[in-house]
Amino acid sequence: MATNVYMEALSPTMEEGRVVKWHKRDGDPVKTGETLAEVETDKAVMDLVARADGVLRQVAAAEGQTVAVGSVVAVIAAPGENVSAPSAPPPPASTGGGKRDAGSEMRDAGGGMREAAGVAVAPADATRVKASPLAKRMAREAGVDLKLLSGSGPGGRVVKRDLEGAAPRAPAPAVAPTVAESHPASQIPHPAPLGIPHPASSGAPYEDVPLTQIRKTIAKRLAASLGPIPHFFLTTEVDMERASEARDALNKQLGDQGAGKVSFNDIIIKATAHALTKHPACNAWFQEDHIRYWHEVHIGMAVAVEDGLITPVIRNAESKSLADIGREAKELAERARNRRLQPNEYTGATFSVSNLGMFDIDQFTAVINPPEAGIIAVGSIVQKPVVVDGQLTPRRRMRITMSCDHRVIDGATGAAFLRTLKQMLENPLAMLL
Amino acid sequence: MANVFDVIILGGGPAGYVGAIRSAQLGMSTALIEKEKLGGVCVNIGCIPTKALLHSAYIASLLREAKEFGVDAGAVKTDYGVAMQRSRKVSDQNSKGVEYLMKKNKVTVVKGTGVLQPGRKVKVGNDVYEAKKAVLIATGSRVKGLPQIGLEINKTTVISSDEALFLETAPASMAIIGAGAVGMEFANIFHAFGTKVTLIEALPRILPLEDVEASDALAKSYKKRGIEVIAGAKVKKGTVGKDKVTLEVEAGGATQKIEVATVLMAAGRAVNTENIGLADCGVQVTDRGFIKVDQSLQTTAPGYYAIGDVAGPPMLAHKGMREGVTVTEIIAGKKPHAIRYDNVPSVTYCHPEVASIGLTEDQCKERKLDYVAGRFPFSANGRARGTGETEGFVKILRDKKYGEILGAHIVGGHASEIIHELTVARENEYTVEEVELAIHAHPTMSEAVAQAALDSLGRVVDM
Repeated sequence: MATNVYMEALSPTMEEGRVVKWHKRDGDPVKTGETLAEVETDKAVMDLVARADGVLRQVAAAEGQTVAVGSVVAVIAAPGENVSAPSAPPPPASTGGGKRDAGSEMRDAGGGMREAAGVAVAPADATRVKASPLAKRMAREAGVDLKLLSGSGPGGRVVKRDLEGAAPRAPAPAVAPTVAESHPASQIPHPAPLGIPHPASSGAPYEDVPLTQIRKTIAKRLAASLGPIPHFFLTTEVDMERASEARDALNKQLGDQGAGKVSFNDIIIKATAHALTKHPACNAWFQEDHIRYWHEVHIGMAVAVEDGLITPVIRNAESKSLADIGREAKELAERARNRRLQPNEYTGATFSVSNLGMFDIDQFTAVINPPEAGIIAVGSIVQKPVVVDGQLTPRRRMRITMSCDHRVIDGATGAAFLRTLKQMLENPLAMLL
Repeated sequence: MANVFDVIILGGGPAGYVGAIRSAQLGMSTALIEKEKLGGVCVNIGCIPTKALLHSAYIASLLREAKEFGVDAGAVKTDYGVAMQRSRKVSDQNSKGVEYLMKKNKVTVVKGTGVLQPGRKVKVGNDVYEAKKAVLIATGSRVKGLPQIGLEINKTTVISSDEALFLETAPASMAIIGAGAVGMEFANIFHAFGTKVTLIEALPRILPLEDVEASDALAKSYKKRGIEVIAGAKVKKGTVGKDKVTLEVEAGGATQKIEVATVLMAAGRAVNTENIGLADCGVQVTDRGFIKVDQSLQTTAPGYYAIGDVAGPPMLAHKGMREGVTVTEIIAGKKPHAIRYDNVPSVTYCHPEVASIGLTEDQCKERKLDYVAGRFPFSANGRARGTGETEGFVKILRDKKYGEILGAHIVGGHASEIIHELTVARENEYTVEEVELAIHAHPTMSEAVAQAALDSLGRVVDM
């Protein structure tokens, strides 16, 4: 008896999935538990596994095709079993919504989709980025993730121009500086880039890029936040001199031990977790008819990934060491970028941290990730002249802006938490108290 | 109608004939109109015959020094007429080669003088040819004299490269006015054939568009072998006699009289934009006389495009060839790779050769770029020592922060061949580190490129 292979709900919020890659082909023998295909959910790329032994037949979803959860995407038949007729109604194509005939037309539709979605879709090997050596070096220096850029070079290669984020410079002919007006300049087929990222030029005034699963989810969830949630914002400037010194000292020691280094973000996560233990009113979920105050602190850490963002969670951050947080943050961020997070790794945060310091952002406001009641937005650390003990001295300073859900956190409550966080960052030893 | 084509190209030089081939490859019916031989100035009276003559000059100087290498060639006798005949054969072979390529690619070649007409038409004699998609203007350029100081080209005592290439004998003495690529190359050629050469340049140094160090190296090399070099010089007056020319040259505050058998004008080129019907079609030109084009090389008249020398500097065959390819791809609806006008190699084929790409050190300074210069002399290169080509150097200018190759300058034997490693590197945004990481065969002249890259990183090995 043949077993249907359904598009399974691989994450709590998944409504449809896109087949990234079939690991097994029509006619391949499969065993229970073996990976049949990789499926892109709303948050990550997950494995769809076999639920029976047998031979894979009637693969009805092409690579690149999006199908609704619960649809039949293939059949596992007993060896030699005749399954010429579909054993279940064919899956509806999610984009059209209507039902279609299985078979060749289905595959054609899939093939077409794959092409249309080509630009927006992460390649199966998401770790490889096409970029010139110069662009790679500039990106490394600037802390820019090349995966977030779309390249304007040959074959979508990221080149210097894409990182400059401005119109390409005028040509620099080795000849005398002359006849700029007759010179076609250095960008014949490329329209002037408007900034980064910009789509490959096509001559059309605009380009329609279908929403990826992750972009749909971001849209849904952020609209569910800033609209209905009464946000308010609190900003404070933190002196980071001592935190910087502490970090340097720690990294020297960790370096001697051959361990990974601690980043400012790790220190901020640690301090935030610690401050939340002292202000449980800010470590809470708004649940419509009740507020859930958490005893554990799970920090969501916003990570930019290709065409979106995701917040992997550092669980029980309040009881973890700085080194543990650093290690975990690094590992989670890397897997997030490769879209290899499990659902339990990006759900359940009680409070979030978003840091755009590496992009030279002084200050910004972040959108609350419901049901959490608060998030802090961290700016870059900048040397500024500050009056200390009546004297003007250069100090490293950093701005933090907290977004609060007023249904849970009141102005004074949020301010008190922020003051504690500031104190901890300005005097890292306070975390030991 | 037989006279209707997708693309009509006016001018069969490097830009035109390469454009014609690419156009045909893209499936467009193509006509090429040429009044003289196919291949244009480059093949017939430019790049190609001069390279043949330069090789003759090279052999002459090699034989004169051969004794040191254990080969006694005796007294070396030269005959410019024979060298010239050989160079003509080379040119003819190349021109025939272009004819063959036109046949192979089914490009219709129309012999005659074409004049543009409105409605994407070109009139040749009594025939009118019509282009469905585009007309490409690739009429090129020609040498020009300096009539305002009495030096109009008379083709006997005051000549241009057009005549120099057909001389039966090398003149006893020659003043060459202009020390750009053309002047430098002819100075090299005629000096090797026994002419007493005086090279006169108005700007403060010879090869004024190259890096200062390249100019200095060549001035030194030329002076050492007996070519008189006067830079920063103003030719105030030229008096043309029957078989001699007297020049009044002012340089360094003093005026001197120079008497020579022949004056070779090598002081620039004029574009061929007259009498081809530009104005009638609405094709405008710039203040400097080039045809005005937009980013897709289209002129101010829709459907009319300009490529090669008429479309603006650098007036180099390889720049025109690339424009020929790019413009036909644009016309065929493709999205070609953008031409990087800042990455067109510049080469002078004198001995030693000079080749460069990108910015000079002075340009880096003018732009206030934070750069590091790396250098490596061929005198420290094993291969160069072996062949006795120790003159010159490789110099690489790199961005201090990211290692981007801002410019590269090579003076030395085979510089014209060695430069392309750096051209490929710049086109693909390789930094000095990628250049150095590529293993260079030993012993080669190209090792000097890797060593100059290393020098810019502060870790040169062989010096």
